[in-house]
Formats: sequence, C-alpha cells, structure tokens
Amino acid sequence: MMDGLSRMKKFHQARWNEPIIYQLSEPGQRGVLVPGPCCDCVSKEEVLGTLPAHMVRKDKANLPEIAQLQLVRHYNHLSQGNIGVDGNIDIGQGTCTMKYSPKVNERLAGSPKLLHMHPLQPAKTAQGVLEIIHKTGELFKSISGLDVFSVQPGGGSHGVLALASIVRAYWRDKGEEEKRDEVITTLFSHPADAAVPIVKGYKVIIIQPDSEGYPDIEAFKAALSDRTAAIFFTNPEDTGIFNVRIKEFTKLAHEKGVLCCYDQANANGLLGITRTAEADFDMSFFNLHKTFSAPHGCGGPATGMVAAKKELRPYMPVPMVEYSPEKGYYLDFDLPKSCGKIKSFWGVIPVVLKSYSWIMSLGADGLREVSRVAILNNNYCMKKILAIKGASMSFPHHPSRIEQVRYSWEKLKQDTGFGTADVQRCIPDFGTHYWSSHEPFVIPEPFTIEPSESYSKTDIDDYCAVLAEISRMCYEEPEAVKNAPQNSTVHRIDDDYFDDPAKYSITWRSYNRKYKGYFEPK
Amino acid sequence: MGKKVYPYIPNSEPEVQKEMLEFIGVKSIEDLIADIPEEVRMKEAMKLPEPFTDEVGIYRHVSGIMNKNVTAEELRCFLGAGCYNRYVPAVVDEVINRSEFLTAYAGEPYEDHGRFQALFEYQSMMAELLDFDVCNVPTYDGSQAASTALRMATRITRRKEVIVPRNLNPDVMKVVETYLQPDVKITYVDYNDKTGRICLDSLKANLSERVAAVLVMNPNFFGVIEDKAQEISDMAHKVGAMMVAYVEPSTLGVLTPPSHYGADIACGEIQSLGIHMNYGGGVAGFIATSEKPEMVEEYPSRLFGIAPTSEGEWGFGDVLWERTSFANRDSAKEFVGTHSALWGIAAGVYLASMGPQGMKELGEAILQRQVCLKKQLAKVNGVKLDRFSGTPFEEIVVDFSGTGKSVEVINEKLLEKGILGGYDLERSFPELEGCSLLCVTEQTTSEDIKAIADALCEILG
Repeated sequence: MMDGLSRMKKFHQARWNEPIIYQLSEPGQRGVLVPGPCCDCVSKEEVLGTLPAHMVRKDKANLPEIAQLQLVRHYNHLSQGNIGVDGNIDIGQGTCTMKYSPKVNERLAGSPKLLHMHPLQPAKTAQGVLEIIHKTGELFKSISGLDVFSVQPGGGSHGVLALASIVRAYWRDKGEEEKRDEVITTLFSHPADAAVPIVKGYKVIIIQPDSEGYPDIEAFKAALSDRTAAIFFTNPEDTGIFNVRIKEFTKLAHEKGVLCCYDQANANGLLGITRTAEADFDMSFFNLHKTFSAPHGCGGPATGMVAAKKELRPYMPVPMVEYSPEKGYYLDFDLPKSCGKIKSFWGVIPVVLKSYSWIMSLGADGLREVSRVAILNNNYCMKKILAIKGASMSFPHHPSRIEQVRYSWEKLKQDTGFGTADVQRCIPDFGTHYWSSHEPFVIPEPFTIEPSESYSKTDIDDYCAVLAEISRMCYEEPEAVKNAPQNSTVHRIDDDYFDDPAKYSITWRSYNRKYKGYFEPK
Repeated sequence: MGKKVYPYIPNSEPEVQKEMLEFIGVKSIEDLIADIPEEVRMKEAMKLPEPFTDEVGIYRHVSGIMNKNVTAEELRCFLGAGCYNRYVPAVVDEVINRSEFLTAYAGEPYEDHGRFQALFEYQSMMAELLDFDVCNVPTYDGSQAASTALRMATRITRRKEVIVPRNLNPDVMKVVETYLQPDVKITYVDYNDKTGRICLDSLKANLSERVAAVLVMNPNFFGVIEDKAQEISDMAHKVGAMMVAYVEPSTLGVLTPPSHYGADIACGEIQSLGIHMNYGGGVAGFIATSEKPEMVEEYPSRLFGIAPTSEGEWGFGDVLWERTSFANRDSAKEFVGTHSALWGIAAGVYLASMGPQGMKELGEAILQRQVCLKKQLAKVNGVKLDRFSGTPFEEIVVDFSGTGKSVEVINEKLLEKGILGGYDLERSFPELEGCSLLCVTEQTTSEDIKAIADALCEILG
C-alpha cells in the first residue's frame, strides 16, 4: 500500500469543466412539474383576473430549462468539485473547528417530525421540538456554568449580535445607555467581536497583544472607563493561546460595572476543563455548528447559542423556551425589557437537534475526551509542523497551545519568495486545503491549523507530510508552485476580476452583458 | 470498568495517546494545559445525563422526543404568516444532503469550486426572478435581509431615518427594530383600514428629505398585493429616498418583480423556494440590487463573482472582499459570518428544477387555491371575507368577529378536527381582533378546503 503522502501526491479532483447551469438550458425542458388547479370551481382566467393587470408579470423569469437527470448530474458534478469534512483531512481551517458530523444526527434531523413543523403551530403540537430546545439549554447549564439560554442566533457573529443587543438593553434599563458607549475587544478575538458591536452603535477599542501574545493588560486598564459598556473576549484566542490572566480582566471590568462577554467559538479544547462561569464572564455564546458537531453546510445554516447568568434573563432575546408541569414546554414572550428579536422565528432548530444528540451520545466523560484529544492532536501536530523548513509559530515562547495554532511562513517567504497564499494555492493538488487567518495579518504569512478530535494520528501525519512536501517544492521546484494548482477542479484563477466594477460579474446576466465568448469584453 | 471507545474520537485509544505524548515529549495531556490556572478550572466534572453511547440508543432517545410533535404534514395546514408549507422536490434534498456540500465550510475556490459555482448560479437565478443584476449569498433570514437592506439605504443616502409600514410581518418588524437600534430612526406608517394596503396619506405625511428608505412588503403581511407600489416608489424617489421591497419570491412567476415598480433594493425570505419549514429553522434571506458600484459596495454579504482561469475554465471568487468584516474588522459594512449558504444552494436547485414555466404555474396553482378557499368560506355563516378589500395572493384575512368566537377557540376546535388553522392576527394587531390569516400552498387540496369549510360550519353552528 502506498503511504499517505504518495497517495495524496497522486490525487486528482473531479474536473468536469462543468458549464454554468444556463449553458445547459434547453427550451421546453422541465425538472419537476407542479400540481394543476385543485378543482375546477374557478377558471384560470377568473383566477388571473383577480389580479390588478399592472401587477401581473408580463415576461417569464429567465430561469434555466433542464430535465431532471441533467439537473441532478450538474449538481453532482459541482459537488464533486467540493470537498468537505467527509472528503478530506479538514484540519486546515483553524478557528472553524472542522469535525465529524455523525450521520445518525443527520438522519434524526431529516425526520418528517422536524422537517414539516411550522413555527407558529400551537405549543401542544410542538412538544417534541420544544423539549429538544429546552433540554439543550439544560445541558449547557453544566457545559457553560450559566443559567439561561437562547438558540435564536443563526451563527457565531449573530451570537455576538445577540450579546451586544443584550448589553444595550441592560444599560438602557440601568439608565446608562448614553454614557456607556464603548466596547473593548482584543486583536486576536474573532473579527465579529469588533465588527458587530459597531453595528449596535458602540465605539470599539481593540487591545493589541503584548510580547507574549496575551492581550496587553496595561492597555486594557487604560481603556476601561465609566464609558465602557462591555468587553468581548475570545479565549483561547485565534492564536490558540489561552489567556491565563482572564480572571484579572473580568475582575477589572466588573470593578467598573462592565458586562463581560465571552466568545466561546474556540471552546473545543475547554470542555470539562474551564468554563464561562469560572472565568467569571456574565454571558457567552457557543457555536453549535463548530464545537458541537453540526455540519457547516458550506457556510450555514448555523447556531450561535447564547448563555447568560440568570440576572440577565430579562434582557434575553424573545421568546424564551420554558417548561412548567401545567403548560408543558412553551414559548415565553413576556420579557418587557428584552433586547428584542435577533432572528426570524426561534432559531435553526435542525442544528440544535444535531448538537443535542451529539452531546447526549458523549456525556460528560465523552465531552472531556473531545477536548483532551483536541489538545493532544494540536500539540502533536504543532511539533510536526515546526519541524518543517520555513515554518514557525506565532509567540514561540509558549510551550503548548490549546486547540489550534497560528503559524507563520515568514521564513519560507524570505527564503523562497513564496508565502501563505502560494501554499494555499498548492495544497488542493493533494486533496486537502487550508485557510490563512483572519485579517489583519499581524503574524506574517499566517496559517492556522486546528486538528480537532475527529482526526486520527495518521490523518495528522499525512497532512503534515503534505505541508512538508509543499515547503520542499517552494525551495526546490518554484515553477511547480507558480503553476499550482494542477490537479484541482480548476486552474489558477485570475484575481483581477473581483474588485473592478467594469470587470466583475456577480450574476450570469451581468456576465453576458459585459462579455461574449470567454471573457472577451463586449 | 472496560475501556471506553469513542467512534468519533479515533485518538481516544490509550496506546495512540501514549505514542503521541512521547513524540511531544510530555507525560500526560494535563501537562499540555498546565498553564490554565487553577482559579479558572472546573472544580468538579460536568453533570450531564448518562449518555446513549450506542447508535440505537441515541436514535431511540431523540426520535422518541420528536415523535411527540404533530406536524403540518399530519394535519391540514392553513398556517403561513412568513413560513410556508410548500412541497420540497426530492432533487433538492438529494443535492443538499450530499456530504460534499453538507460538511464543507469556507474552503478556497479551488477545492471548493462547487460551492462557489452553485451559489453563483443561485445568485444568477434569483437575479432573473427579481430582474436585478446582483444578488447576495444568503443572509440569516428574510428579517436580516430587510434589516441590512435598510442599513444599506442609510449608507447610500447618508440619511438616518427609515419608513416601515405597519402591515409588515411583525416577526420581521421585531428583528428590524433590534438591528437598526440605536442609530437609525424608524418611522411607522399606517395601513389603510379598508384596503389593508399602505396608507398613502400616512406615507406622504411622514416622508421628508431625512428619509433614507421606504420599506414595502409585497404581498404584505395581510396577504394583500401592494398595487400602488409604483406610486410609493415615486413618492420616495421624489424626496431622494430609496424604495426597499420585501417580496415573497415564489409569487414572482406571476407577480411583477419589484424592479419593475421602482424598487431600488429587493429583499426577502427564500424558505418557500425548496426549503423545509424545520419549525422556522429553514429560513434564509436575499438582497438584490442593480450593479451600480455604490450599491454593490454597501453589501455586507459574500458576493461570489466569476473569473477566468489560466486554462479557460469558469473560476470564482469573492467580489469586493475588502467590504467585509473578514477583511476589516473595525471598518466593515456591518458584518458577515456563517449565514445560510446551504439553503441558498437548495433554492438554486429549486429554481432550476422549476424553470420559468414552473414558477409561473406555481404562482397560478397557489392563486387558484386561494380563490377556491375564499369561495368555499363564503358559504360559512357569520364569516366575513371583506375585512380588507385589497387583492390577496396566497393568504387571506378571515374575519370571525361576528361569530362570537375568538380565533383562539376556533383554532382549538379546528385542531381537534385535524386542521391547523390560520395565524391569529390579534396577537400582533389588537385592532384585528377576531381576524385570522389563512394560507394556501400548491400542496393544499380541494379536500383540505372542503374540510375546513365543513369544520367551520360545524364549529360556528
């Protein structure tokens, strides 16, 4: 049997040269048919005659016309040009916690008992789904150490929006909404921790890291004031470094009455070890689509579950899911001081159900094992990567990291002229991929690797062997690097077409207006 | 106690752990997190229920809970109000359940070419349905799409006030209020009590050169078509404001697209385009505009564009990346993150499978059922169907106020007969006490319609 690297070197992704769906269109074809009239009590003319003439569409929408097999084949080809956790050693998207999404949970979430539930059905017909939401909250009491929960936010950034909205509602209630107009976050927190509070009207102060990679506590002290409404800290930060002084930060903040919001998007290494409550944060959010195994779906749907201390319940998003022996499970809209609604209806329930099922299949010991192995995998992977020529890590004084590491190809760049974007372009040729890092690139030529608990030792060995091989290519075969990728679905993409309004096209109709043939300007 | 094996955690095997720890050069996993201080450590283990470690056990446990639900499929569903019991073609589920799509995230346009192309095609098809040139990768839901469309208008016009009609879906309204607070002022305009449409006098009285946008929901929450939409656009444009139309895309095979009546931004919800209701979890939002650079630059969302490759293939990538919060955390256009991409792929498959004729027939099928429902309900004593005179599309307001029974009581009795009644409008509109919003879809049968009419005759005596 070939070893992993040898196999991956021979990889070739499906390359169907798949046309744009409009190019497959043939007049008169149909993918599915829709039912006709339910009865003949009214004629078609009578039906259309009810509409004001000027509100009736005169043309037909220019949609493709395609028979069902040809449609299915098109999307099959597209899916083969996509890779996913199920198709590769998906450890290259640090901060994203790519892990296995158990199939049994897909089966459960695909049940008609969830698919066909209308959100406005009477609670007595929705006891099962409400019970799942409520019980997920009960599980998070122990996972987070907090008291009240909302599954409404539709992703991590949306979780930050919920927290920022709760902060505003809280200060409004305390009569300090005008005065408390600042939020403090850190440079290695997720970008949403800065971007989202700005939408909620806050001025955001970003604390830079000190020489050790920790948020600079002196700068933090200087930034805190009676204008501070809240702090938004990710921990461990996107560098994989756990802020060991975190409790000092929350203590300083609380002394000024400031609310402390914990971004727990990077919680995969913390389960059963340390929690929001022990770090003395007032609220936090968890990504159910990351740490808690629901699949990422090419970028959602997702859930950024909010957890808060019971004192903050009045400000939580409406409605809350509650239980009483008399009423059973129900939606409680009676929160007059609530921050309002964050999302349509009640949240992305399929994601909640998958996470509930995942937690219930692992239990307390299993969750702790998730984090222990995530930490083990990461530190094992780190030692292997640091042995690769041209690779280094940010803040090298730290002997160990939690669940991910931000690395650097600075040396590689100095030696060969190739940096992280080049490696990123090479790696698809091996049947896997990686992501550089959130901007700004304060770590030169960054890349972030997060080998969650789903990956075996062999997986990590193989992935690291691929990185080593690309490093070797950068030093020894620069032409091959320049021309990569060669074995992916498509070859090198011309980036000039994404920023110039005269050249970019976000839709096929725009393309056809600007170009003829293959990108020949009209 | 025997050794625990975790099927999802291969390196839980003690021998493998030992080997890895030796390689790292530490004795235990605990050594790797020695710097996490005692003061933040958990003092005792998490207290969680005993897990169902085998697959049979977890399947039985979760499905046992979910079996307590009674679904819209098991009832005769007349509930809509922003979430629609539409048929989802099998091809849609087939495509989005392919694990290449389901389990991928934010890969590059090389190894995740398929995701980029599928969403570029979704954008292209939505743009055709709406007759606009740009559409985004889906946002969280229609509520978010409306909220962002309004914020986009405030940035484009450099104004800080928006006009929102009271006949907007109240669930959308609540999200818009949260999202625009604190810096954008919302001015509410009334609906006309007779027609159910936006009151043009109220709009006129509130329009000024401070207004960035006028939002119009079409059909509005009462199911009524805003047939004066062009007049509203003209009024908005006259004071330099934008017209933002919140439209139900599945009506657009039959109804005029918003770009034809002067809308500058279209937005809305795509759940009805091939996404299961999922107790409200199957929602995703769209925003569409012209291709004017000043519009495109204001989107916070991902926008996938098409580009050539060195070998003549279709390549894709992010248009105007610098707009996004991924690129600029403290100077971005709002923010972006994990939204609802998979539902976008679903809606793309749906639109391609329906085609131009399918979307037209879908609209006609729904409209026909609405007319039929209205006809049948007209025969029920005490029920009034003329609460609003405006033209309905897929939903109708049924006025039970003359029957002496509340909507709550009527719905309770309908449920006993296996019928999921309409949305009780009093919940959000106290002035509409006794009124229910009933909805049909292409799945509604003549038996369903007969059943509700018969049931109401019986209930109302």
